[in-house]
Amino acid sequence: MKADARKTLFSFLIELAVYGILIAVYFLLVLHFLGPSLGDFEKTHIRLYALLAVGLILGQSIVLEFVTTFLLRLLRGRSE
Amino acid sequence: MIAMFFPISGAEINPIYLAVLGFFIGLMGGFFGVGGSFIAGPTLRAMGLDWNFAVGTDLAHIVGTSVVAAKRHRALGNVDLRLGLIMALGTIGGAEIGAQLIQMLKRAGNINLVVSIISITIYFSVSVFMIWESSLTLRAQRKGGRKSSGKSDETSFQHVTNWIHRLELWPMISLPVSGIKAISLWIILLVSFVGGIVSGFLGGGAGYIRMPMMVYVLGVPTHLAVGTDLFEIIISASYGTFTHAIKGNVDVLIALVMQTGAAIGAQIGAILTQYFAGPKIRLFFVPLPLIGAAIVIYTLFTGHKL
Repeated sequence: MKADARKTLFSFLIELAVYGILIAVYFLLVLHFLGPSLGDFEKTHIRLYALLAVGLILGQSIVLEFVTTFLLRLLRGRSE
Repeated sequence: MIAMFFPISGAEINPIYLAVLGFFIGLMGGFFGVGGSFIAGPTLRAMGLDWNFAVGTDLAHIVGTSVVAAKRHRALGNVDLRLGLIMALGTIGGAEIGAQLIQMLKRAGNINLVVSIISITIYFSVSVFMIWESSLTLRAQRKGGRKSSGKSDETSFQHVTNWIHRLELWPMISLPVSGIKAISLWIILLVSFVGGIVSGFLGGGAGYIRMPMMVYVLGVPTHLAVGTDLFEIIISASYGTFTHAIKGNVDVLIALVMQTGAAIGAQIGAILTQYFAGPKIRLFFVPLPLIGAAIVIYTLFTGHKL
């Protein structure tokens, strides 16, 4: 039981480390370049910005759900 | 990592703080089926965001968290799509009325006091009722030698739920996924409408009132109430995000950063529900509205916003 718990914790820490690296790259590349253009868009086309905001958050959450599920499966070798 | 500039709201915040906040809110969302607005809103404010941006951005973040958590709950068989879609209609209608009530209070000039007193009353009532009911259920289970595990569920409020199920107000519908043979459509719409009014009036997703009402009034098992509530929040919070964004209250970049932490937190929270029975999840839920009440009382008496 203890060995199982240790294995789960170890897998979780690896997941967090891999996920952390992916997120750091994401912060640096995507958000850094997306920020100014979205800021301008919000000032000039507020309705389109509102639609884009909902689309972006829905799109990102679907991608992140896929990434986190993939990591969980990859490192634990089974469907969680 | 240094603070990042968010041009839409003009705030400078360390993205790690946002991701960590998102992680905890996601964990709560996945486990309890709530958006966590009563914690996320004040924390975003404390990080330097204006209140209007804190409220609107939190709503955008709730959409993302709910997508991840609802998808995981769906994989675990905890989402009643039919019920969620019906409830979304009532919630959106109620949210509009709630927002109108806020506008009326704004014109009357006593909005802060009235909203504070109403929110404290709601938060306390939900907590006191749930602690009473879940303790009663757990005690009855212990007395009867029954052990709750996995998705097993029962409530001490079952007689009221049965009475509501017997009300024959046309049209009656069945919800086989939730194990409900027949219930009036109007009851479901009323429950979601009330949740929507609270959401529009107090902000956030109002999962702290909708999830308990789904369990006690509609008779939905706790695990399904959590998953279905999350699914319903995707629709109603998307609508809320759109309307707030039009008013210039949403910094989507902040929500996107928070979402990176929430995605993993929501997955873990949803998986954790498998290990707890309904009455225990409801008992763990009790402190959440109390935290909300504490924040409102603090703001009311000190005049400071967290």
